[in-house]
Amino acid sequence: MSTLTLSRHTLSHLDWLEAEAIHIMREVAGQCSNPVLLFSGGKDSICLLRIAEKAFRPGKFPFPLMHIDTGHNYPEVIAFRDKRAAELGERLIVRSVEDSMKRGTVVLKHPGESRNKHQSVTLLEAIAEFEFDTCIGGARRDEEKARAKERIFSFRDEFGQWDPKNQRPELWSLYNARIHKGENIRAFPISNWTELDVWQYIAREKLELPSIYFAHKRPVVRRGGALVPVTELTPARPGETIEEVSVRFRTVGDITCTAPVESNADTVEEIIAETAQTTITERGATRLDDQTSEASMEQRKKEGYF
Amino acid sequence: MSAPENLPEIDNGLLRFLTCGSVDDGKSTLIGRLLYDSKSILADTLHAIERTSRKRGLEAVDLSLLTDGLQAEREQGITIDVAYRYFSTGRRKYIIADAPGHEQYTRNMVTAASTASLAIILVDARKGVLTQTRRHSYIAHLVGIPHLVIAINKMDLVGYSREVFERIKTEYLYFAGKLGIADVRFIPISALVGDMVVERGDNLDWYEGPTLLEILENAPAAHSEKPEKFRFPVQYVCRPQTAEYRDFRGYMGRVESGEIAVGDEVQVLPSGLITRVKDIQLYGRSLPLAISEQSVTLLLEDDIDISRGDMIVKPAEAPASVKQIEAMVCWLGETPLDLNRKYLVRHTTRETKALVAGIAYRMDINELIQTPAARLAMNDIGKVALRLAQPLFVDPYGENRATGAFIIVDEATNNTVGAGMIL
Repeated sequence: MSTLTLSRHTLSHLDWLEAEAIHIMREVAGQCSNPVLLFSGGKDSICLLRIAEKAFRPGKFPFPLMHIDTGHNYPEVIAFRDKRAAELGERLIVRSVEDSMKRGTVVLKHPGESRNKHQSVTLLEAIAEFEFDTCIGGARRDEEKARAKERIFSFRDEFGQWDPKNQRPELWSLYNARIHKGENIRAFPISNWTELDVWQYIAREKLELPSIYFAHKRPVVRRGGALVPVTELTPARPGETIEEVSVRFRTVGDITCTAPVESNADTVEEIIAETAQTTITERGATRLDDQTSEASMEQRKKEGYF
Repeated sequence: MSAPENLPEIDNGLLRFLTCGSVDDGKSTLIGRLLYDSKSILADTLHAIERTSRKRGLEAVDLSLLTDGLQAEREQGITIDVAYRYFSTGRRKYIIADAPGHEQYTRNMVTAASTASLAIILVDARKGVLTQTRRHSYIAHLVGIPHLVIAINKMDLVGYSREVFERIKTEYLYFAGKLGIADVRFIPISALVGDMVVERGDNLDWYEGPTLLEILENAPAAHSEKPEKFRFPVQYVCRPQTAEYRDFRGYMGRVESGEIAVGDEVQVLPSGLITRVKDIQLYGRSLPLAISEQSVTLLLEDDIDISRGDMIVKPAEAPASVKQIEAMVCWLGETPLDLNRKYLVRHTTRETKALVAGIAYRMDINELIQTPAARLAMNDIGKVALRLAQPLFVDPYGENRATGAFIIVDEATNNTVGAGMIL
């Protein structure tokens, strides 16, 4: 016996976002034959791992984890990456831009050039090596203008290219992951999350993060409105003053193109309070590579970037 | 982007809505206004659009620039695709699907409408109800958006005239009645000035209804308005076969509608076998109940062979199992629907080959009349009959969007070429 009842319950916004992300991950598992989850040790992909646990436990993940390492990552993040993969008992694949440089498939214009955009080459090489048909990534539509129209299942041709004019219509939650050999799908389970949602989820789930997300003292110089960390790879330029500033990172990536923001927030709750009041968008403040031109992200995506 | 100053007890869930109108209706300005007045725009974004506004010789900041997306479309000066925007008021999180208004982009509006529970249709107060207003309303109705808000914009250009507003309202209601649109609200606004969007402003004292944002804040959540039948398409089967979980068989999926509780009797389709729910799990936690839109794992009392594509329902309210369907189809592909070809139909987590048995008519979405048709080209909407190789478990789209919807995939290109709504 069953009678229709009017639901008195509605999911909270975080529960809804989580349920959608779980649904997307299970669709990847159900539709794709050889997927991989891109895990960088950054906060967005840390959320992806929790969603994968919620989607597939008590089973194993139906995909390995993979990191494309530029060789210029903060050591705290790399240590965290390895620890998290080990705790989960899941397989972690690491492929490095430095290997692509040795093979000659990545050629830097000059030794100091950011390796960030060259990750695309290494990623495509790894996709070919393992014959992955789908890469699950932590990109969000609110990160950048070029991503506002990104599909949840985004189609890449056999050159790994994203063509904004040749994306499949995506209706309801009926995703189409069918591809020909050599083509690729990028699946983005947290497309509909904002930076604030990510932090609220981290707080609710009590997710552990690499230490550089929290306020710490670091030598920096002020350059073009951004704080640039002083490291071996990014020394101060003549005439610049090195300051010890309390900072935290809002995104983590290649050392040469990731800048911190001034902050004293050393708990997730304080970061949420700051995020809710912040006046600078996430990428605007912290990604030196996006400032080159307003359309620079679109350009890089066309070349195969995540 | 991020929320306003006082944070985040968002307790009213999430609302997905759609804005439709052309560039001339001030749609981008309206979205910009919602983001701007709800303090969802951050400083560097604002600086960027201030710079651009100055470059273009404008005196005031052009809020429409906020929603200008891709380089390709900026060059063409048109919106070529659906864009998604986010804002939050502290009470509710919003996802805006921003669909372009041009006639040739019917498919974009159908796409944007498919996930929305409310549509804002913009009408230029100087022009009144136009062909495109009727087109937008028809599509919103067809795609099952439960709530329509007719925002009569540019009230500043008609002297905030109540007469103009009432005249347009009467005209719209006449035509909405013919379409069968039931839930429709009207609001006079000026997106440019900001009247009745987030703030009431000083110019529309004669209007006593809620502001646009108040309408959004209080719109009912999806699935909360009428009783629903339980539908659980199985996405994935979990069988860890480890020492600890030797006999574990979990059926993973999302409750597409209705609710399910531990102990409830369920039926599995297509086998028709009946059993009971032993446990509902989410990440090691047992839940007494799962509600619509929740992703969970179901454990059943009996060992039944269940795989992806099966559907778990309640026995007294099972959906129809059909090998022939009639549906309204919006054609999305560049190559027209070909009556001689086989297509793939994807419905819930199920996929089957399909043949087109016939096209009953094509809808002229400008005149809203049915015309005979031998084919459907891109952006056409028509009534189509399909014969299926495998049965699907369906409800009429009007009753259940999740089990009434399907997409058509072209096997040669793997492209999504059609969107169907079962009658």
